[in-house]
Amino acid sequence: MPRSDAARQASRCLNHPWTLGVAGVVLVLLLWALVSNSGVVDRLFLPTPQAVLKAGQDQWTSGMLVRDALASIQRVFLGFALSAGLALPIGIAMGSNAVICRLLEPLMGLVRYMPAPAFIPLLIIYFGLEELPKVLLIFIGTFFFNALMIMDAVKFVPHELVETARTLGGRQLAILVRVVAPYIAPQVLDTYRINMASAWNLVIVAELVAATEGLGKRISLAQRFLRTDEIFLGLIVIGMIGLLIDLGFRALMRRSCAWAN
Amino acid sequence: MHLQVDSVSKRFGHGSSSKLVLDRISFDLHSGEFVALVGSSGSGKSTLMRLIAGLDQPSAGSIRIDGQPVRRPGPDRGMVFQKYSLYPWLTAAQNVAFGMALQGRPRAEIRERTAFFLEVVGLADAARRLPRELSGGMQQRVAIARALAADPRVLLLDEPFGALDIQIRETMQEFLHRLWSQTGLAALLITHDLEEALLLADRVHILAPSPGRIVRTVTVDHDRGAMGQLRVSPAFLALREELACCLRSLEPATGR
Ligand SMILES: Nc1ncnc2c1ncn2[C@@H]1O[C@H](COP(=O)(O)OP(=O)(O)OP(=O)(O)O)[C@@H](O)[C@H]1O
Ligand SMILES: [Mg+2]
Repeated sequence: MPRSDAARQASRCLNHPWTLGVAGVVLVLLLWALVSNSGVVDRLFLPTPQAVLKAGQDQWTSGMLVRDALASIQRVFLGFALSAGLALPIGIAMGSNAVICRLLEPLMGLVRYMPAPAFIPLLIIYFGLEELPKVLLIFIGTFFFNALMIMDAVKFVPHELVETARTLGGRQLAILVRVVAPYIAPQVLDTYRINMASAWNLVIVAELVAATEGLGKRISLAQRFLRTDEIFLGLIVIGMIGLLIDLGFRALMRRSCAWAN
Repeated sequence: MHLQVDSVSKRFGHGSSSKLVLDRISFDLHSGEFVALVGSSGSGKSTLMRLIAGLDQPSAGSIRIDGQPVRRPGPDRGMVFQKYSLYPWLTAAQNVAFGMALQGRPRAEIRERTAFFLEVVGLADAARRLPRELSGGMQQRVAIARALAADPRVLLLDEPFGALDIQIRETMQEFLHRLWSQTGLAALLITHDLEEALLLADRVHILAPSPGRIVRTVTVDHDRGAMGQLRVSPAFLALREELACCLRSLEPATGR
């Protein structure tokens, strides 16, 4: 019965978690190709996929694409490593100590609502146009969220788990290392994954304002020369790198925290 | 080992909104004894257990072990909680080893004792499974093994079988009785199940609610050789019925 076999295979294909997602992307690409090639819209406003691909090839062969991407990625990783590294001890301290929490939570709650891009002028005045202000912007934009979300994760560690460790003779440090840390690990990874998205957004914003290279810088240059194909290229590359980082975090979580799935 | 609970009271909150939860509780527990406290929900059973474990301090009165006042939790009192309290990221064996690792025992000894206590609770086959892969009864047995492996002098059991269904609960009661008679430990069981208390304990204290206080103490001395038969023996049933009446009369009239 080859027919029902094929049908079964088709339905298995359809049930694969990625099938529909890929179909959605392909649909939009098709629509884009159709509309841009039909000539209904001015090519200047809506470049064709071929033109964007061509721009990509040019930037790839000249090495510009890789240089830009590396510049942006480096800023994100520096800023985010700083933010994640500091948020972890501070978030844990706030979550496990009521005094520290009462001291810092209102402050952080306030600063968190100041939009990070609004700090750009100040950062430029303080630190000029080099790497430091961009790294610091990413730090400012993600640190408070990271710390507060880690604090919450610590606060929701079940009392029974902590108290069991205490009745077994565990002291504070041992409990932090052996109970709190493993329990919050999946939530911390997820926090990082979510806030990584805003880090990635912020680096582009910073580069739009002031930079010599980077994916954001390329976009703002392209605007000056009305190169919409390069703008499209930049947006697509930014999106894809972000997606890859997200998938990376998910894979890490699946591997290291199998118990939580 | 001699655990003395001496007119212990516990009050939560301050001023006019404070609430007396335990009122002058006194009892003793010696090595090799099995004592049970029975009371309805909210009568302060878990609160009392937390005080004995050293997780909280009494408002008045004293709790002493061999004459030494209890100030903080310690490995001499092994506790099994009402709710499941296994570490979900550790396997059954790692959970059993947890307390010993905290105490800094040598690795070889930890491995040996872990295997031994898993065997004692009949879970040698489940050593590598995560808690979520174990049934409720198995999880509680791992929790008991974990408490035992830390080498306590008294085992504190706070409704250890409360979340299990009736059949598994009966098996677990028999298991706990065997364990206790083999190890010769002192055990303090807290439960709202009168039958459970009467089956397992030498001495049963009845706790009245709001505030929690001991209103009656019975010494139980029946032959526990065949627990299944004991459950339905006329003498046992009569005692159980009498105490059930006593418990019911303690419920506030407005209660369910
Ligand atoms: N930390 C606390 N602060 C204020 N009130 C508390 C606290 N802990 C317990 N109580 C109160 O003390 C009373 C007794 O609680 P406890 O948990 O000891 O009861 P229990 O007998 O163990 O009940 P259950 O059978 O439902 O487990 C309850 O009314 C509860 O609201
Ligand atoms: Mg309770």
